[in-house]
Amino acid sequence: MTRKIKMRIWRGNSETGSLQDVSVDANEGEVVLDVIHRVQATQMGDLAVRWNCKAGKCGSCSVEINGKPRLACMTQMASFAEDETITVTPLRAFPVIKDLVTDVSFNYKKAMEIPSFEPPADLKPGEARMQQIDVERSQEFRKCIECFLCQDTCHVIRDHEENKKSFAGPRFFIRIAELDMHPLDMLRNRKQKAQEEHGLGMCNITKCCTEVCPEHIRITDNAIIPMKERVVDVKYDPVRWLGSKIRRREEVL
Amino acid sequence: MTAMDTNKAKTGVFSAGRALITDRTLRTDKWWIQPLITVGVFVSFIIYATFRAFEKQNYFAEPLISPFYSPCLSTVCVEGSAHFGTPIGALSIFGMVISPALFILIFPLGFRLTCYYYRKAYYRSFWMSPPACAVAEPHKKYTGETRAPLILQNGHRWFFYAGLVLNIILTYDAVIAFKNPEGEWGHMSVGTLVLLANATFLWLYSASCHTCRHTIGGRLRNFSAHPVRYKAWTIVSKLNHYHPNFAWVSLIGVAFADFYVRQVASGAITNFYFF
Repeated sequence: MTRKIKMRIWRGNSETGSLQDVSVDANEGEVVLDVIHRVQATQMGDLAVRWNCKAGKCGSCSVEINGKPRLACMTQMASFAEDETITVTPLRAFPVIKDLVTDVSFNYKKAMEIPSFEPPADLKPGEARMQQIDVERSQEFRKCIECFLCQDTCHVIRDHEENKKSFAGPRFFIRIAELDMHPLDMLRNRKQKAQEEHGLGMCNITKCCTEVCPEHIRITDNAIIPMKERVVDVKYDPVRWLGSKIRRREEVL
Repeated sequence: MTAMDTNKAKTGVFSAGRALITDRTLRTDKWWIQPLITVGVFVSFIIYATFRAFEKQNYFAEPLISPFYSPCLSTVCVEGSAHFGTPIGALSIFGMVISPALFILIFPLGFRLTCYYYRKAYYRSFWMSPPACAVAEPHKKYTGETRAPLILQNGHRWFFYAGLVLNIILTYDAVIAFKNPEGEWGHMSVGTLVLLANATFLWLYSASCHTCRHTIGGRLRNFSAHPVRYKAWTIVSKLNHYHPNFAWVSLIGVAFADFYVRQVASGAITNFYFF
């Protein structure tokens, strides 16, 4: 069944732009990205939209739909009321390039600032052996498709451009947690770096990152809060700190 | 541009280079309902708890004691309510005796104020930082929990430990509620059930706490080397999923337990005994 729907699509560039009304057909079973493609094919030939897999696995088609950060390819048209006007805009935390395409290079710069995995010096390739229970926490974070919806919705940078210098964002806190929880990561001071260099303390755990994650990674509960507690272990808990100095516990590197 | 528009242009979603959209949010759902309800419940609780903390009466009806006043450690505690002695004595400020509740309430208050769930709730609803996801916050600057006073949120674990001690005491209060007013064991009343439910909710709230999860096993890097702690961590992790629910239930539960004891102590109702 085909129905006519009303959309408002933001069009413009880094200097100017506006929401433009369109009326377009939507077929049963379609997602927002399908309809945007129909608009592109029939009414706005030069509409810029970034997309790739159409399966919710590449993280390319991140936009804001009715004000919420979402993947256009995973948002069913059936989830909207029949007379609802659907507003589609680019991500509002990043500079816009054209129409629905934003410049997300901020995230790649932050990725480069995270110290990489550091295995034991004497561990040779192919020698690593781990049990499943030791890596399952890290594996949850490996589901990340880098859509950057969590980065987009995080108010620390969305509402405060000046914080981008000192705040890595939720996507990279799960990266840090993944490494810090890895049994073979030997890098010392990863927790201190998280707090002092990557801005973990800026996070006030309002959980918007978790709410928008299309992979349903429990970013706040399983990565950010555990990292905050690990930071407390080494920076704000004198008893724990003293214990680690005396007993040299492995878990407080 | 008006002065307000000029300010808008400098910050957040109105920063130069971002998509030029004048609305603070384009959300069409009722995103303001949740923070509004949160404010309503918190303000109601604060008003009630403040009134009760300063009422200084109607908190003990043998064998029931209000969780707001337990343990009662002051010499001004009503007769029979000081189960753990009176080490604090009777302190006063400007000639007014300090309520025994104030010495106790500071610990659960600190525990809940620094709780990871409550932080989300009140940062959103009271401080509007942010009021809801993808709704621009009104503040010009934001430093999060990196400096005083919010850096003190890192002390959550100390309040967690204090909360455990209070849980033990409130469980003791529930156990002695199996006595009758004459001090004989083997009786049970509605008050017993109320205090038991209160203690249970508080234990669930504490056991599902993120700090508890971290302490019991989350801080480990090798679960396989600590199988017992791993098992405990998996149980606490399951509870942790419901931490917000336990936070609300235990908050309402403790207020209701106090209210019930108040009604009994004031003579407004009779504590019905099943046996």
